[in-house]
Amino acid sequence: MAPTEPTSPVGSAGALSARRPLGDRGFQLIALGAGLLVLVILVLIAVSTSQQASSWFSTEGLKIFSKTWDPSTNQFGALPFIFGTAVTAVIALVLAVPVSLGIALLLTEVVPYRWSRPIVYVIDLLAVVPSVVWGLWGILIFATWIQHIYSSIGSGVSGIPVLDSLFGAPTSGASFFTAGIILAFMITPIVTSLSREVIATVPTMDREGAYALGATRLEMIRGVVIPHSQGGIVGAVLLGLGRAMGETIAAALVIGSSPEITSHLFATGYNMPSVIANQFGEATGLQRSGLMGIGVLLFAFTIIINVIARGVVERSARKKRGA
Amino acid sequence: MADVTAQRPGPQLQEPRSWRRTKNRIATVLMVLSFVLVIIPLGFVLVSVVAKGASVISWSFLTSSIPVSVAPANEGGIGPAVVGTLEITALATVIAVPLGILGAIYLNEYGGKNILARLIGFMADVMTGVPSIIMGLFIYSLWVLHFGYSGLAGAFALGCLMLPIVIRSTFEMLRLVPSALREGAYALGATKARVTMTVVMPAALGGIVSGALLAVARAAGETAPLLFTILGGLSAVNVNVFSGANIALPILIFSNASSPYTGAQARGWGAALTLIAIAFILMIVARLISARFSRFSR
Amino acid sequence: MEEPEQTVVTHVARPASASRPQEFAPPGEVVFDVKNVSIWYSAFKAVTDVSFNIHEHEVTAFIGSSGSGKTTVLRAFNRMNDLIPGARVDGDMDYRGQALYGNDVSPIAVRRRIGMVFQKPNPFPKSIYDNVAYGPRINGERNKGRLNEIVERSLRRAALWDEVKNRLNTSGLSLSGGQAQRLCIARTIAVEPDVVLMDEPASALDPIATGAIEDLMHELKSQYTIVIVTHNMQQATRVSDRTAFFSVLTDPDSDTRTGVLVEYGRTEQIFEDPHDPRTQAYVTGRVG
Repeated sequence: MAPTEPTSPVGSAGALSARRPLGDRGFQLIALGAGLLVLVILVLIAVSTSQQASSWFSTEGLKIFSKTWDPSTNQFGALPFIFGTAVTAVIALVLAVPVSLGIALLLTEVVPYRWSRPIVYVIDLLAVVPSVVWGLWGILIFATWIQHIYSSIGSGVSGIPVLDSLFGAPTSGASFFTAGIILAFMITPIVTSLSREVIATVPTMDREGAYALGATRLEMIRGVVIPHSQGGIVGAVLLGLGRAMGETIAAALVIGSSPEITSHLFATGYNMPSVIANQFGEATGLQRSGLMGIGVLLFAFTIIINVIARGVVERSARKKRGA
Repeated sequence: MADVTAQRPGPQLQEPRSWRRTKNRIATVLMVLSFVLVIIPLGFVLVSVVAKGASVISWSFLTSSIPVSVAPANEGGIGPAVVGTLEITALATVIAVPLGILGAIYLNEYGGKNILARLIGFMADVMTGVPSIIMGLFIYSLWVLHFGYSGLAGAFALGCLMLPIVIRSTFEMLRLVPSALREGAYALGATKARVTMTVVMPAALGGIVSGALLAVARAAGETAPLLFTILGGLSAVNVNVFSGANIALPILIFSNASSPYTGAQARGWGAALTLIAIAFILMIVARLISARFSRFSR
Repeated sequence: MEEPEQTVVTHVARPASASRPQEFAPPGEVVFDVKNVSIWYSAFKAVTDVSFNIHEHEVTAFIGSSGSGKTTVLRAFNRMNDLIPGARVDGDMDYRGQALYGNDVSPIAVRRRIGMVFQKPNPFPKSIYDNVAYGPRINGERNKGRLNEIVERSLRRAALWDEVKNRLNTSGLSLSGGQAQRLCIARTIAVEPDVVLMDEPASALDPIATGAIEDLMHELKSQYTIVIVTHNMQQATRVSDRTAFFSVLTDPDSDTRTGVLVEYGRTEQIFEDPHDPRTQAYVTGRVG
């Protein structure tokens, strides 16, 4: 019989020694390199964008936070956009969080497993609609429709102290509030699925304990599920906030593109990613640098929020594991 | 004899009519309502896109050049944008998916619990939250300023977007492969690289591919990273993805959405329908693969 | 008429030497030479000062209660402990005269000569054929004809060929527990190892499958050297030539536990005439 394997004959120790195969070592290094790429990219983002924005930072100094952005007079204060980002993000959260939590609870507490699959598919469908399609529908259809509602509300509250300044005229289909609504649609999938993951870690034993005491489902949710998952839910909400702040194209199309700071939520406005998207193409010099700088600020804000959010989620998960 | 046994009422087992019960009912209604609140706009968007898009879609629409905005709906098409989306997204996939898989392999097979691996894993998750427009600005500063606009630059930007998504989803799949399989391969004298590539990866492949497809679907729909990297504004196809400006479906939709001309808007709807179709197909294929080939996620 | 008195013979004491004709062949060559070996997992000393030899073409059984270190010592033979961060081997462990833990020794090479079958069968999610061919393939064997030969030979030796010869392309995961374990054995011997280590190979199997595995061990020992960890003493008496009994030693001061080798010898002697009282307590079932 011809010899088969190229191994040493049995019965001798043979060559037990061999260096660690070169391929094995190389593979490890490549994998490590790929992992490090994440860190490298993040650092490069910070460095290269800050470099491009440096002329804005140095020229404007603290005036980068002024409230006038007017290329014709060479003033580039970013406050209107920061304001707009904050306003639209808050509106989006106020609208999306209750809805997302409702759906998450619906899936985990109410609906039998067989029915949960179609619901999850719908949420996935919601997530897969591209931002630009939301924007297209938003500006061409939704904005014109909701404009009527805004006008009615606007005239309805005219004269009433707080409500007028919030919801009174001027109103426009493309406005802070419309952007907030569209953003709410877009962040719902992520807040829902993360909340659902968190809520699913509540031990069945605890749920059953509450039911065994005669609690209704609502009482069980308030007494067991919420306390258990609130850390994780906070994390999910923060992630939604980060997403709402950074979502660019849908907001750019429906926000109205007017850099004003106003309390009127139904008025046209602007936010950080939108102004970059709309003006960068034709901007030069200081304006371009300013837009880069707004990008740097946006990057910094979202990194901070995401770090906090992930940290919160991880810490509540660790507490759950009894660490 | 008179009936002595007094009629004692039986135990009260009916649900008490009470505020508690009503509150519970209201809560359930609210939960269902929140789902409805989400279905309605989703339905509206899909219906609008299909209705308005279908009226322009045709083979010639999908292949003709892009006319000027003013042109009426039945002239021209979105051909260059379709080609652009396909080639740029494909290039981004080729760049990001292998790197993402390798990164996940590092995290799960080599890094384990050490500080670097935990940091990379954490920052990869953080990176998924970075707005996509930042990726565009990044590639603009790093690449476009030196080498000009191109589909390649757009692919880099999309790749940055996809990388952390692929890392996370691949990592979750690798984690599910039982360590008994690895031990069996080690005991046969396989090196770690061999074990990973010939036993672990094939075992997790269904889930990995499915996760990668979802990342591709996400990238195909992104506009912001392409805004400052491919320039857009083309009317004819640019097959050379490595040099020269290019156009893609999301960019086209973006510029047509803010156009006052009905022709341009109609082409925008058509492009939107095409884009959604691509994303849906990818998503469905991903789910099918995951259902058929994912061995360990049950 | 009276019934003749009948004595019911319940137990006949037989001297140990009469239980089996003295046909002990001289012990074969020493395959593993273990001298004063202690094994650590980071700061935990799992095994303390173990010394013994394993001989060629024999089945050696490690028995003892859990925590006594038997699996740890077994896994040290093919350097599987290397996969656990913080694992360390002190002392000398020689394989056919060469130090297993020498500086220039490659664990990969070690494992190609010293194979292992695990407690829970772990076939790869590949076809039966690819499972068995995996080892030869990573050793560089590409020739289809030779691979077919190897696969058939290994499956025959593992007593699985007849059951699977018509479905070599079906998944290894579709086999029953006993079949899957025989597949793992076939996979292990496909690379023609010198030694086959088995970590409680039948503990996850039903009695019939267990019997098949035990029969296999008798046949395999003519070609390989087998070391098996088992907590089933009857199994040890059925299959092994020599037995090593491990036990847990608790340090009265620090309350730390470690595994030690209590006694080692021919299986008949260990079970019928144990020298150490701890061994006697264990094999008679009073302890462990």
